[in-house]
Amino acid sequence: MPKQITVAVTGQPNCGKSTMFNAITGAAARVGNYPGITVDRLEGHYSLSGYDIKLIDLPGTYSLTSYSPEEVVAREVIIDERPDSVINMVDASALERSLYLAIQLMEIGVPIVVGLNMMDEVRRKGVRIDSARLSTLLGVPVVECTARIGAGRHELMEAVAKLAEKPDHAWRPIAISYGHDLDPVLLEMTQKIEEAHFMTDRYPAKWIAIKYLEADMKLIGQGRSVGELGRQLEAMVKRLGEHTEKTLKTYPEAILADYRYGFINSLLKHGVITREEDLRFDISDKLDRVVTHRFLGPVILLGVLWIMFDVTFKLGAYPQGWIEKGFSFLGSSAARIIPDGLVQSLVIKGIIDGVGAVLSFTPLILIMFAMLIFLEDLGYMARTAYMLDRIFRVFGLHGASVMSFIMSGGIPGGCAVPGVLCTRTLKSPKERLATIFTAPFMVCGAKTTAYLMLTAAFFPGSAAAAMLVIVLAAWILALSVARILRWTVIRGPATPFVMELPPYRLPTARGIAIHTWERLRQFVTKAATVILGISVIMWTLMTFPQLPQDQVDAFNTVREAAKVEIDTRGASEESLPSDLRTDLIHKRLREIDARQSETALKYSLAGRIGIGLEPVSRLAGFPWQVNIALLGAFAAKEVFVSSIATAYAMETVDGDDSSRLSERLAADPAYTTPAIASLFLFILFYAPCMVTLVTIARESDWKWALFVLFGSISFAFVLSVLVYQIGSALSVFMVAI
Amino acid sequence: MILPMRKMQVNQKGRIKAVNCNGELGRRIRDMGLVPGTDFMVVGRAPLYDPVAIRLKGFTMTLRNNEADFIAVDTDNQ
Repeated sequence: MPKQITVAVTGQPNCGKSTMFNAITGAAARVGNYPGITVDRLEGHYSLSGYDIKLIDLPGTYSLTSYSPEEVVAREVIIDERPDSVINMVDASALERSLYLAIQLMEIGVPIVVGLNMMDEVRRKGVRIDSARLSTLLGVPVVECTARIGAGRHELMEAVAKLAEKPDHAWRPIAISYGHDLDPVLLEMTQKIEEAHFMTDRYPAKWIAIKYLEADMKLIGQGRSVGELGRQLEAMVKRLGEHTEKTLKTYPEAILADYRYGFINSLLKHGVITREEDLRFDISDKLDRVVTHRFLGPVILLGVLWIMFDVTFKLGAYPQGWIEKGFSFLGSSAARIIPDGLVQSLVIKGIIDGVGAVLSFTPLILIMFAMLIFLEDLGYMARTAYMLDRIFRVFGLHGASVMSFIMSGGIPGGCAVPGVLCTRTLKSPKERLATIFTAPFMVCGAKTTAYLMLTAAFFPGSAAAAMLVIVLAAWILALSVARILRWTVIRGPATPFVMELPPYRLPTARGIAIHTWERLRQFVTKAATVILGISVIMWTLMTFPQLPQDQVDAFNTVREAAKVEIDTRGASEESLPSDLRTDLIHKRLREIDARQSETALKYSLAGRIGIGLEPVSRLAGFPWQVNIALLGAFAAKEVFVSSIATAYAMETVDGDDSSRLSERLAADPAYTTPAIASLFLFILFYAPCMVTLVTIARESDWKWALFVLFGSISFAFVLSVLVYQIGSALSVFMVAI
Repeated sequence: MILPMRKMQVNQKGRIKAVNCNGELGRRIRDMGLVPGTDFMVVGRAPLYDPVAIRLKGFTMTLRNNEADFIAVDTDNQ
């Protein structure tokens, strides 16, 4: 029986932690969720002779405060799950900063192994790092690694096993001096904490004291609910703060950081590192002179966004087409096997269409994520945020929001599902929520089909200009709504922008493959069931209650009559050849079918809702037919065209051939110019489709998803009513003069 | 001369004199190693002049001008 060892893997962002984790565990990692963050909880195993080592991948963080949920998760895993040790991957090319996290881990006292990564880069730059000396000075094992090629993974595991062999497993917090102002207070606090057993069942005493000095709101909040000592400690920190502010013009938390860095510096100066000048440009800085150049930078960025968009949707269209063809084949096969009736309708329109809806997104997600992860690992996403921050900040967003808007349809023809998934690269929570809310406003491919039909109806000849106006409206209103959200629902100061511009590093194909596959798998497994459920609900709404038998009979009678009439007319008029006669019969029958569908739709729940809502929707200028179509389009926006066709008793139309429907709509006097403008706006903003909605819920939570749903419906309705009412009043006024 | 980081030119070097903020922003700045005594150099500015990119301790990072305002820099003897 091999001995079980649990080890958590941590490190700062861009240190190669994930690469090393993948190199150690292979693709066999088990994926779970950390609560409240979008970072996956990966677990994997490594077998060493006599040991079964279980690895847990922690979120990458620069330190262990409680300002971000990632940091809280990382430190809670260490404290609550008490792994045997922690591997701290460290970017050797930025050693001083990287060790800052290591010091904080040592303050907790958990045994650590330092993985000195990027040693290849360091050697190439001619820097020499004495890892044995670093190990002696720090008092922890240090292993040189190059995660890209998996070098050092076995040695890391051996170091972990060796630590586990030690007879004594007590956690020993490192003793660093934080200077003569802090040390006495820290000592006093630690003693008080120990005497009162104040939260010491969970945290080491000195660490609690340090967190109080750091003004760690999470821990202080816990302390308040535990006992009186919490208040006392807060008072001590306050007194100390007043003192340091007066004498040193600084804060205890700043002094802590200064001394930690001072400690690291003194280590490094003791012969650990021999380097050339610190501020020397590396290749990345030279590249950035071009890539983020004042003029070239934006041009390159536009090119990258365009390529990303074009490749995703052009390349994705092929497999998407195959999947759609496959499902329509499945549908027609089901139609042959299952007899006509409710079961057939449920299987085809509810289940097969629902599953098809989920799967048809997978090629887009696959391609989009592969490219997004490539750009992120390459270091380009950080540059995107850097270049666009000044613009997007005005709207309370993040520079990296741009990718989400573009993918969602900032260029018409996108899709909000990959668009919303894109927000994973956003580390600022408020900015991310605002992006998730507004990205579905963009002109996705499905909305485009609706607009093509509508512009053909109402703006024949100037469809391109109309599309341009629609896209501009989408951008302007998405950004405005984001601004409003950041002033109201998610107000508060911008998340600090401070971030690393990591050196450009070519990502490994393996890393991209693993992460892309994981995204895709989660989308399919986690979204599929919910989407299938909604799809069946939508089918029920559109199908039940069914037309009563007497009405069905009435339609059948009309059909028979039509056949007889044409037959007899054909017989009496010799000039009507028999093939023309059959054509005529088919045409009449189709018309009757369409009328029956219309009647059935009106009779169904969806129809009743649509008709029932007409008094309300009239405020925005929509007849009931539009209401039904909008309801149906929640399942998938491209359904808008076919549902509106059914509602107008037109034969079922394909997206490609909706010209007759366009004519029919253009002829309808209900569509005045204000009504058209109102409808165009409403389609643009009214609600994300069900797949997007479920994706939003997965990326945030259901509360936010429902807020997005009802928030955008209300916003779109108010906007449409305003446009319609003001527009109508104006046109009456114009006629009057 | 002591001046806020915002006022610095591209390619200008400096040494951090003080970081005058606490809370989350102060923490993020210090996490990155921007503590008093640190030498750095402004290596670039975004196309709209803001944010600013600096190089220090072997890596490159960026922050907004209104964040750089809190950082006092000594530009003598650099």
